[in-house]
Amino acid sequence: MPARFLRRLISFALTLALTLFGLLAVTFVIARVVPIDPVIALVGDKAPADVYAAARAHLGLDLPLWQQFIIYLRDVLSGNLGSSSTTGNPVLSDIAHTFPATLELATYAIIVGIGLGIPLGVAAAVWQGRWPDHLIRVVSLFGYSVPVFWLGLVALLVFYARLDWVGGPGRLDIAYDYIVEPWSGLLTVDAAAAGEWDVFWNAVSHLVLPVALLAYFSMAYIGRMTRSFMIDELGKEYITTARVKGASEARVIWRHALGNAAVPLITVVALSYAYLLEGAVLTETVFAWPGLGSYITQALFDADMAAVLGGTLVVGASFVALNIFSELVYAWLDPRARMK
Amino acid sequence: MSLSSPLPPRRGLRAWLTSDTPASRFQARLGRYYATWRALSSNPLTLLGLAILLALVLVAAFAPWLAPFAPNDQDLANRLAPMGGLHPLGTDQLGRDILSRLLYGSRVTLAIIVLVAVISAPIGLAVGTIAGYFGGWVAAVLMRVTDIFMAFPRLILALAFVAVLGPGIDNAVIAIAITAWPPYARIARAETLTFRNADFVRASIVEGAGHWRILMTQIVPLCLGSMIVRVTLDMAGVILIAAGLGFLGLGAQPPTAEWGAMISTGRDYMLDQWWVAAMPGIAILLVSLAFNLLGDGLRDALDPRKRRS
Amino acid sequence: MKKLLLAALLGASLAGLGAPAVAATPKDSLVVAKNIDDMISLDPAEVYEFTGGEITTNLYDGLVRYDADDTTKLVGGLAESWSADPAGRSITFKLRKGVTFASGNPVTADDVVWSYARVVTLNKPPAFIFTQLGWKPDTVATMVTKVGEDSVKISYDGDYSPDFVLNCLAARVGMVVDMKTAMAHEKDGDLGNGWLNRNSAGTGPFVLKLWKANESVVMEANPHYRGKAPAMKRVIYRHVPEPSTQRLMLEKGDVDIARDLGPDQIAGLAGNDKIKVETYPQSAVYFLSLNQKSEKLQNPAVWEAMRWLIDYQGMVGSFLKGGFEVHQAFWPKGFAGSLDDTPYKLDVDKAKKILADAGIDHLDVTMDMINSAPFPDIAQSIQSTFAKAGIKVSLMPGTGSQVITRYRAREHELMLLYWGPDYMDANSNAMAFAFNADNSDDHYASSTTWRNAWIDKDLSEKTVAALKEPDREKRLAMYKELQLAVQQHSPIINMFQNTAQVALASDVKGYVQGVTSDLVFYRNVEK
Repeated sequence: MPARFLRRLISFALTLALTLFGLLAVTFVIARVVPIDPVIALVGDKAPADVYAAARAHLGLDLPLWQQFIIYLRDVLSGNLGSSSTTGNPVLSDIAHTFPATLELATYAIIVGIGLGIPLGVAAAVWQGRWPDHLIRVVSLFGYSVPVFWLGLVALLVFYARLDWVGGPGRLDIAYDYIVEPWSGLLTVDAAAAGEWDVFWNAVSHLVLPVALLAYFSMAYIGRMTRSFMIDELGKEYITTARVKGASEARVIWRHALGNAAVPLITVVALSYAYLLEGAVLTETVFAWPGLGSYITQALFDADMAAVLGGTLVVGASFVALNIFSELVYAWLDPRARMK
Repeated sequence: MSLSSPLPPRRGLRAWLTSDTPASRFQARLGRYYATWRALSSNPLTLLGLAILLALVLVAAFAPWLAPFAPNDQDLANRLAPMGGLHPLGTDQLGRDILSRLLYGSRVTLAIIVLVAVISAPIGLAVGTIAGYFGGWVAAVLMRVTDIFMAFPRLILALAFVAVLGPGIDNAVIAIAITAWPPYARIARAETLTFRNADFVRASIVEGAGHWRILMTQIVPLCLGSMIVRVTLDMAGVILIAAGLGFLGLGAQPPTAEWGAMISTGRDYMLDQWWVAAMPGIAILLVSLAFNLLGDGLRDALDPRKRRS
Repeated sequence: MKKLLLAALLGASLAGLGAPAVAATPKDSLVVAKNIDDMISLDPAEVYEFTGGEITTNLYDGLVRYDADDTTKLVGGLAESWSADPAGRSITFKLRKGVTFASGNPVTADDVVWSYARVVTLNKPPAFIFTQLGWKPDTVATMVTKVGEDSVKISYDGDYSPDFVLNCLAARVGMVVDMKTAMAHEKDGDLGNGWLNRNSAGTGPFVLKLWKANESVVMEANPHYRGKAPAMKRVIYRHVPEPSTQRLMLEKGDVDIARDLGPDQIAGLAGNDKIKVETYPQSAVYFLSLNQKSEKLQNPAVWEAMRWLIDYQGMVGSFLKGGFEVHQAFWPKGFAGSLDDTPYKLDVDKAKKILADAGIDHLDVTMDMINSAPFPDIAQSIQSTFAKAGIKVSLMPGTGSQVITRYRAREHELMLLYWGPDYMDANSNAMAFAFNADNSDDHYASSTTWRNAWIDKDLSEKTVAALKEPDREKRLAMYKELQLAVQQHSPIINMFQNTAQVALASDVKGYVQGVTSDLVFYRNVEK
């Protein structure tokens, strides 16, 4: 058993390496053929010819493409993602700064999404075809359908501008900025650890809207999938058996059926989390959130190669890692997969 | 409609369609379609979605007759006019009639949806069925490529392609299609795997049919059902991504009336002239919701497990 | 189950309600909302961007400078006095006594000489402002010299008027850097360039505390400042790209100043007595240019027709209201030597006739433009008026980097763009709009003329002559003549000049902004 598990682990590691390599290669080519001159972002609009040429050589752009790629790969393997030409920082430190912002949003969003999505999905399955099912269907399909950037704007207008219930764009009000020393980069965690409760509540008030929006989306997805898995399970024979044996309805639903539906649900949740981690570019744009998504986007349009590659690498790696994680858990939990 | 007209039991079209003992393959297939339609039409929400989409097609087709103004006619003296009167939904920052732009914008949306579906579904289908049918290293290579594209942040990949190709509707379509096919490939492969060793496929091989012939005549048709459901469900996402590209200034170029771009310009006026951004947002929401309702209904109707019960 | 759901929903909404959302900016800090994504550098030898330029103005001093009390008057900064010797092509400066850098080091003649040589040696984009004076890496040591403990002599190569040279020294590159501090942080022979991009070493009223790209910039009051200590202990720039968000934050009291509001946002603020709007004329000119690499755009009749096909007044009266005025010459209004006539207006019939006379019945062109305000609206207005005379324009929107990439390569057809002078002398824009020494592809120049592949030998010679003219009145007349020639007969159509509309919380006093993007001053701000 452990040997097989190990073999599986190794094959996953190979998959990971191969996928990331492919990801880098594709991104590298894209970033190189983008008809934007990376030198411009560095020297500006009015640079004279000699200044321009010097900057170009400095970026290594005068080398052949394959050579640039090999140099880049070598650097990545030695843990060096290069320097961003637009921010002037090492890409790694930029990512260390922007990724936690995205992580904080995504993590709270997925927690809320699971917390609401699973009960709603179960309810829809239990009352399948009746009004709670229809209601939940409309609510969650609405979540699939609404343009998030638009809803974000509307929400800002209503809850920040008019009602003043929540904090505005950005992660903190300026008055609370620079009080807490960043450690994890998750403002709520850092503030709580430092005992700065004012900062904590301010960070929360800024998180509420974007988290609510993203959570709505993942709730819709998780809810729909829970419903369909639950309908499957509830139609199976062991449920009837359990009922015949006199198990309470609550036990049948929550323990038996959901217990089995949980296995495929893990994949769904992991996928949904990965999607959130991709950096909800649009949400970040609307809420002026300094996250990874907007970092990559901004870099892309200044042809800031190192930043685009580094950012994509992190996003891709977290996606693949979550995928592998869910497959491992699946293999561990699911009796059929284990048998294979 | 003849389908719903009362007919004597066990006779007429309906009886023929619902017969338990179809006399021909043709009758059996039509019977299946009929059952699907019955399942679809029994759900009012699905019908609502279908109705909205039909309306979208009609609006797109008749936009020039429905729109009170030309979509790009500017009237700087009458910009940001409120709703009502000559301009039922007001005017935008260049004095263009928002209703007219919305109506013409439906053409852009429809074009994007159709083109993305036409491009990405066949790619996914081809990759998935080939990988599933042949297996071995072919599958390994194809599915690895699929995984790489799956691992990309979708909107960012689309952004990157648009950055390479330049902004514009056609390039947005290509970019979205490139990001949309991997899930189709996975579904098609999974379906193919379940059929690959089925008796009828084996029989064909024994009969000496070529691989491509088997793929095209046996495997692909069987994958179509789940593909259609998935594509329909995905169209809502496509609309949102297209609108997102437009919102970021990378979709349709001005002055084309595209809903996402309309929101994007409207957001500067959110505080005082809310309707400029609100109207296109509602339009996107409606169409995307319609696709979701229809897709959801289709899934239920085509789901073999549910049909059994 | 329903209960659980209700509890969850309730919890979610309470989290929103319970949070303290009201916040005012701290009393001793000024918070500025601005789009700062243009920032690349804060090293005076390298900084060339709008935001970076105005920040360095508050961190450094030059020998001479424009300052907050009168932004139009050149005054001594670190120099107490100076004397020019036009015949000997030199100026000698006497340094102010007792001035120290923020580090506490005294300002010496060595710092000045080193700072100037540094600009030339590093040769970053704005270095041409100095190199055009004849300063080269190997000659600068002889042309900028210390002539005593507290005096510096600079000489220049060329018959330039001392006014022009002083204006060059007042530009960003002329800011004096604390040599000891900078060199203590030198890395790989970069003369402290890397360190100065994240720190400051100057004599200005503020010091740089922090710059997080696309997020914020924090400056703190300099305890060693030579003038009156600033009332604001901190000035914080917050990156807010959306104008409507800037307005929201200002209305909420989350920021004190919103810098990028459009005319419609400004109009929306009317009647809010907690906010005031201040207006500062600016020096950027907005133009439409026709690339002469494209054969169909070489016909002067096309140039002329397009001039009559732009709705200058319509735009300025609507979506550009308050933020722009019509200005049809390359040197901005309000500056010595500007040509203020605006002879062109929208006249479709006239344009049609010009085109018909030239035998042109239709024209298909593309127009490159930056996809942020105000360009998309200007472009669409031009597109619609051009269409009335049969000129079909396809728009090619892109980010700044995208558009400039094509512009540099001269791949565009029409280009909608703006130009801000590098120093406050008409020569700055004459060099960009009238002068072109060599139009060949391998002779890249950042001028508007070269990038549109337009060369006019006569105007180029006149530009050089104007630069050398010692008589001020005569010189200004020559620049007017140049502007008239470009206005009437060139593939460059100047349309507008901008005006900054700044919205401030009404308790903010003493904010000063001058005509160029560099001239933003925070040292007198109180609230």
